[in-house]
Amino acid sequence: MEGLTLSDAEQKYYSDLFSYCDIESTKKVAANGRVLELFRAAQLPNDVVLQIMELCGATRLGYFGRSQFYIALKLVAVAQSGFPLRVESINTVKDLPLPRFVASKNEQESRHAASYSSDSENQGSYSGVIPPPPGRGQVKKGSVSHDTVQPRTSADQQEPASPVVSPQQSPPTSPHTWRKHSRHPSGGNSERPLTGPGPFWSPFGEAQSGSSAGDAVWSGHSPPPPQETWVSFADTPPTSTLLTMHPASVQDQTTVRTVASATTANEIRRQSSSYDDPWKITDEQRQYYVNQFKTIQPDLNGFIPGSAAKEFFTKSKLPILELSHIWELSDFDKDGALTLDEFCAAFHLVVARKNGYDLPEKLPESLMPKLIDLEDSADVGDQPGEVGYSGSPAEAPPSKSPSMPSLNQTWPELNQSSEDTAIVHPVPIRMTPSKIHMQEMELKRTGSDHTNPTSPLLVKPSDLSEESKINSSVKFASGNTVADGYSSSDSFTSDPEQIGNNVTHQRSHSGTSPDNTAPPPPPPRPQPSHSRSSSLDMNRTFAVTTGQQQAGVVAHPPAVPPRPQPSQAPGPVVHRPVDADGLITHTSTSPQQIPEQPNFADFSQFEVFAASNVNEEQDDEAEKHPEVLPVEKASDPASSLRVAKTDSKIEEKTAASVPANVSKGTTPLAPPPKPVRRRLKSEDELRPEVDEHTQKTGVLAAVLASQPSIPRSVGKDKKAIQASIRRNKETNTVLARLNSELQQQLKDVLEERISLEVQLEQLRPFSHL
Amino acid sequence: MAVCVAVIAKENYPLYIRSIPTENELKFHYMVHTSLDVVDEKISAMGKALVDQRELYLGLLYPTEDYKVYGYVTNSKVKFVMVVDSSNTALRDNEIRSMFRKLHNSYTDVMCNPFYNPGDHIQSRAPAAPLMAVSVRRAFDSMVTSMMIQVC
Repeated sequence: MEGLTLSDAEQKYYSDLFSYCDIESTKKVAANGRVLELFRAAQLPNDVVLQIMELCGATRLGYFGRSQFYIALKLVAVAQSGFPLRVESINTVKDLPLPRFVASKNEQESRHAASYSSDSENQGSYSGVIPPPPGRGQVKKGSVSHDTVQPRTSADQQEPASPVVSPQQSPPTSPHTWRKHSRHPSGGNSERPLTGPGPFWSPFGEAQSGSSAGDAVWSGHSPPPPQETWVSFADTPPTSTLLTMHPASVQDQTTVRTVASATTANEIRRQSSSYDDPWKITDEQRQYYVNQFKTIQPDLNGFIPGSAAKEFFTKSKLPILELSHIWELSDFDKDGALTLDEFCAAFHLVVARKNGYDLPEKLPESLMPKLIDLEDSADVGDQPGEVGYSGSPAEAPPSKSPSMPSLNQTWPELNQSSEDTAIVHPVPIRMTPSKIHMQEMELKRTGSDHTNPTSPLLVKPSDLSEESKINSSVKFASGNTVADGYSSSDSFTSDPEQIGNNVTHQRSHSGTSPDNTAPPPPPPRPQPSHSRSSSLDMNRTFAVTTGQQQAGVVAHPPAVPPRPQPSQAPGPVVHRPVDADGLITHTSTSPQQIPEQPNFADFSQFEVFAASNVNEEQDDEAEKHPEVLPVEKASDPASSLRVAKTDSKIEEKTAASVPANVSKGTTPLAPPPKPVRRRLKSEDELRPEVDEHTQKTGVLAAVLASQPSIPRSVGKDKKAIQASIRRNKETNTVLARLNSELQQQLKDVLEERISLEVQLEQLRPFSHL
Repeated sequence: MAVCVAVIAKENYPLYIRSIPTENELKFHYMVHTSLDVVDEKISAMGKALVDQRELYLGLLYPTEDYKVYGYVTNSKVKFVMVVDSSNTALRDNEIRSMFRKLHNSYTDVMCNPFYNPGDHIQSRAPAAPLMAVSVRRAFDSMVTSMMIQVC
């Protein structure tokens, strides 16, 4: 090949084109597909194209190397100028205009080309470019594809004299984003008269005007044009350099814009360009959103209340229904307020909507607040479908992969924080909206190995119940007060409610347990009385020292004595009537039995429990506590039983009263007793044997003791998480105990069975006789 | 199971009412309307005590030959009324309670949306844009549907 001398402008232009075609980023080979497209866009007859290819040597080589590509481009320019195609003409033809590639991306290219020349020329070119855009816009309306030729020609007439500019049409097929850019200036232009109403929403003014212009132009068009642009934007990283050039040139046009910041325009452009990558927010956008957030709420960790957010988003002039929908999508934890992440997601969706994108059905993954969310991987894939590509060359957006890493990142963080959790129980995680909840679930999952060996399924609901029980006796108490009517007979579904209460409480920072294994019902919402005032409720319940609540509630759990349980004993509930019965009896009997097994290590904490329980039933009687204490020594069974009992029993406000009582009572320790409610599994759970496990009880006691009263203070997730971690641990230990006890029972029963069978065998021969 | 579910605002006008056998809607509307009196009566009866101690679930308001009507009231005096078929004997009290609880939860979800003005009709209008999807009101709607269609 002959040596090729290119002017600077040409050099730059060609290299950009090459980059554009160089989709594989090899820097050596221009993909044939792209190149062919480019040539087609040059609007040369086919045979000329072939000739060019041959001349440049690509046909020989089979691919387009950089030099071949440049030569080819030069030849295209030659051909377009009407010169005969000769190899020599490459260098001989002077003052060759840049090759013109007519495609829908023309404008960008023209601008692009213009930008390569002097700035003044740029200006000129821009002005030349600007008038066309409206026409262009119309063109866009007409067709999404590359048929923008005709209108373009009209634009040609406006070309300034500058040779460089003259190829207004010439835009080599640079990334489609350029088109979008052009749209903006046009938008800006046409918007000039509209700037008046604009300032309303000043930060958004420009975007608004730009986008509304864009919208107007599109009028029924929707995603496809932008989609193309954006997809290719994503695909061609090198073109980002072009993009960066553009802002500079665009800024020249700021006079056209009403509000100013080109950065905003940039952001908007970027925003739209990022949509194909499913809903990902670029850094600039994010920064912009954060700034907006700050104007409403200076504390980045704080919330924006619903009303403020409503006003803010109403300024965007979207219909209320859509705003409502956006809210539903973005208010992830459904607390009526927006955190920074939620706000960014909402803002992003608003912008998307304003740019003509339809809102998704579910929140896209990349917009999720930083949670480990296992559910929505499908959303990303849905996005493109929703938006609807129409024959653009775009490839499918990279989709989840970009967002996955972010998710993965959160994992390690949680992992680290969860080292101390002893909870391993693989509780099925229900994706509730609660952030805290989800984090906690993660913690649990990544937690250690304190495995709950068996009965995972069985235990889980009970686990849940246990947890919630343990977690917030207070909570329940408060909940209970409200939901008094709900009797123990409530079905399992009530638990999610409680869980929901927990969750709510969490939100209200009263520290609730995460949980939810819950089954089917949708993320439980807190009881009406709970919502944010839950902490207040709890206070109140705590305040209720008179133990009004206890009422029979606590006592009743014992009423359910599941079976000949080994030690239903502790009947926390029972207390008073101390039965001499062995641990194993009782249960079936009224809860009133308190197995007096002296062989338990005593645990002051148990005393507390006992005391509390006792209190519940009896409302005070501090003196009784000591009596009960020994009884209560029950080992873990006691506690587990208690738990179990609570399971069987329904709401007990006792929990609340207990702490209150306890505080009054002898022992100030009073870890909030596990919330008494839990119906569910009750019977199964009531199995645990009473005996032994002093260790377990010790553990339990310790755990319980460590359990703080509902921390009212914080509102921060961290504390709530820690509290819930503690609670979970407790639950875990309790369950482990239960488990072991149950296993023991099982063994016993099996032995019995075996003996019975043996007897049967012996008797059988006789029957035959 | 429920044949009709209604959400009545504090001022006793309906925010949402839906019945299953859609042909005889008027009858259900009438039943709900008359049940409001019973609800008010129950509320005022317990009114002496603190509001918080008043139970939300009101229980069976009144039985008719074919139907039973259950009520539930929130602390903000928003009432939920549910009509169930009497032939559906399997329905226990706690099931009704749980249904009300679910209803309440969905209702609070709708409430939490700042774009919902209390007192508005809860409806999931056909969205303007083609792909506009589920709104919380629609979730409310579908939850009610699920309650109604739980075939026994």
